[in-house]
Amino acid sequence: MRAKPILLMTAHRLAILAYIAFALFPLYWLLKVAVTPNDLLYSEGIRLWPSRATLDHFDFVLRHSAFPTFFKNSLIVSGSTAVIVTILASLSGYALSRFNFRGKYWLVALMLLTQMFPLVMLVAPIFKILSPLGLTNSLTGLVIVYTAFNVPFATFLMQSFFDGIPKDLEEAAMIDGATQFVAFRQIILPLTLPGIAATLGFVFTAAWSELLFSLMLISGNDQATFPVGLLSFVSKFSVDFGQMMAAGVLALIPACLFFLLIQRYLVQGLTAGAVKG
Amino acid sequence: MASIDIANIRKSYGIHPVLHDVDLKIGDGEFVVLVGPSGCGKSTLLRMIAGLESVTSGEIRIAGKRVNELAPKDRDIAMVFQSYALYPHMSVANNMSYSLRLRKVAKEKIASVVSGAASKLGLDPLLERRPRALSGGQRQRVAMGRAIVREPKAFLFDEPLSNLDARLREQMRAEIKKLHKDLGATSIYVTHDQIEAMTLADRIVAMNGGFVQQVGSPLDLYDRPANLFVAGFIGSPGMNFFEGTYRNGQSPRFETKGGVTIPAQVHAELADGASATLGIRPEHVEIGTTAPDALKATVDLVEPTGFGIILHLSFGKAIFKAFTNDRAFLKASGEIPVRLPPERLHFFDADGNRV
Repeated sequence: MRAKPILLMTAHRLAILAYIAFALFPLYWLLKVAVTPNDLLYSEGIRLWPSRATLDHFDFVLRHSAFPTFFKNSLIVSGSTAVIVTILASLSGYALSRFNFRGKYWLVALMLLTQMFPLVMLVAPIFKILSPLGLTNSLTGLVIVYTAFNVPFATFLMQSFFDGIPKDLEEAAMIDGATQFVAFRQIILPLTLPGIAATLGFVFTAAWSELLFSLMLISGNDQATFPVGLLSFVSKFSVDFGQMMAAGVLALIPACLFFLLIQRYLVQGLTAGAVKG
Repeated sequence: MASIDIANIRKSYGIHPVLHDVDLKIGDGEFVVLVGPSGCGKSTLLRMIAGLESVTSGEIRIAGKRVNELAPKDRDIAMVFQSYALYPHMSVANNMSYSLRLRKVAKEKIASVVSGAASKLGLDPLLERRPRALSGGQRQRVAMGRAIVREPKAFLFDEPLSNLDARLREQMRAEIKKLHKDLGATSIYVTHDQIEAMTLADRIVAMNGGFVQQVGSPLDLYDRPANLFVAGFIGSPGMNFFEGTYRNGQSPRFETKGGVTIPAQVHAELADGASATLGIRPEHVEIGTTAPDALKATVDLVEPTGFGIILHLSFGKAIFKAFTNDRAFLKASGEIPVRLPPERLHFFDADGNRV
C-alpha cells in the first residue's frame, strides 16, 4: 500500500535534484575554474575539483584590474534602471489595469510591438539619437536605453499583478475617505509588493547582464559595465579564463544578494484573506 | 444621519440602459432594501449613491445636498461590500480605524471609538489579527465595524451576507437589524434574497430589468403585489399562477386554460372574457377541505421541510403548490379536494399588473 507513494516521491525528488544539478552545473564550473591555478588549467584534464585551489585570480581581479570600476558602473546602471522602470511600470500598469481611456487598445498594441524587434536592428538608430545629446559613453545614456526597453514588459507584468487585486479594496478605501492616489499608495501598492519585487528582480538582472548596448554605446574602461569588462580578459592571443571566471563569480554576488532580499515577497501571496471566506 | 433623495436617476453603459428613471425618497433613519434578481440594477443604484458609478442623468441628494459630482470620500457614507474588502495587510484594529486615520482624528479618540465598536460586535480579542486569520463571520463583523466607527450619514450594504453559510446568515441578519435599531442610521441594503428583504426592511424596493416594480412595506409587497414580477419574487415557495379567462356575471369565476373553473370575487376592472392571470400563495391553498366548492387536484410530490409540508399538485397540466402544517398530508397521494378561497386570490391583467 505505502510502498508506491514513497517510490513515487523518491523518483520525484530525484528528478528535481537532477534538474537542479543540471541548472547549477555551469555556475559550479565557473567557481571551479576561478579557483584553479593557471598552471593546472590545461594540465590536469577534466576533473571536478583541481588538486590545488587558489584565490589568486580573485586577488588579481580586485587589485590589479579595472573590475571594481566595471562593478560599480553595473551597479549604478542596473540599480537605477530597476528602480526607474519599476516606478514607471507600477503607474502605467495600474492605469492599464484600472482605467478605461481612449486609445488604450492601441497603446497596448504599440507596447507589444516594441517587444517584437530584434535589438540589433536598433543599435545604429539609437546611437544616432544619443550621440548628439552627449549620451553615448555615459551611464545615464545606458540607463535611458535600458529603461525604454524594459518598461513595456514590466508594465504588462505589473498590470497582471494589479489585475489580481480586487477592485473592491480600493473602492472601500475611497469610501473610507481616500483619493484614488492615496488608495493606490496605501492599499494597492503594499499588496503588490510581490509584483514589485518580481519586476525589480527581472529588470535588475536584465540590465546587469546586458551586453549588446553597453558594448556599442560605451567605449573606454571608465564607463564600461561588467559584461563589457569581462571581454577585457580576452586578449588577441589568449583568454585569461581564471581571472574571467573570478570576475564572473564576483559579478554573481550582487544578483544573489538582490534576490535574497526580495525572495520573501516573491514567494508570499499577500492578498490571501482580502476578500471572500 | 440623513435622508437620501433619488430623482429620475438613469444609468447607461454606452447605449445599454441599466436603470430607467428611478425615483426614491429615503427618510432619515429608514432601512430600505433594494431587492431583485441578478442584473436588475440594484447594485448599480447602490454604487451610484456611493459615488462608485457615475450618474447618467438625474440627481442624487444626501441630506438635501446634490452629490452627483462629489467623490465617494466627500459623500460621508459607509459601505459594506459583499467581498468584505478588508485591507489584508492591516490588522483588524487598523482596518476599522483607517477612515478615521485618513481624517486625522486624534489617536485617543480613534482608540476609544474602535474599542467601542469592537465590543459592540464582539471583536475585542481579534483586534490585532490580520483578516486572513479570521472566519467568514468575523470578517463580516470587521466590515461592519469599519462602517460604524465613522458615524456616517448613511450605511450602504451590497449583498453583505451572501458569502456566509445559511446559519451564519440568519445570525448576522438579526445582528444587522439590532445594530440598525441601536444606531438608527439611514441604511440601504441590496440583496437578491427576499427573506432578507422581508425581515430587515422598513420599506422594500423591488426592482427588475432596471425598473422599480414596487415600493412598500414588506407586508404590502406580500399582501398586495403590484404586478406578476413582485408576486412571484416575494414569498417562498413562490406564488402559484394560472393563466386563463375571467368571467363576470351572476357568479364571477376564473376559467383556466386547462378548463378548471375557480370561483372568484367581483373584479370590476376586468371585463367579462378578459384574459388574466390568477395568483394564489401556496400557504393560502386549502387542502383536504370538505367545502362544497372544492376542486379535485392530483398530488404529484410531497416535500416535508420539517416546519411544514410543501405539496406539489396539479389540475391536469396546470401545476401548483400548497403549503400546510398538517402532518396528515405527509402520506397524501392520488386526488385530494382543494379549495382556492376567493378572498385570497390575486388577479393580474394581460399586462401583468394587479387589478
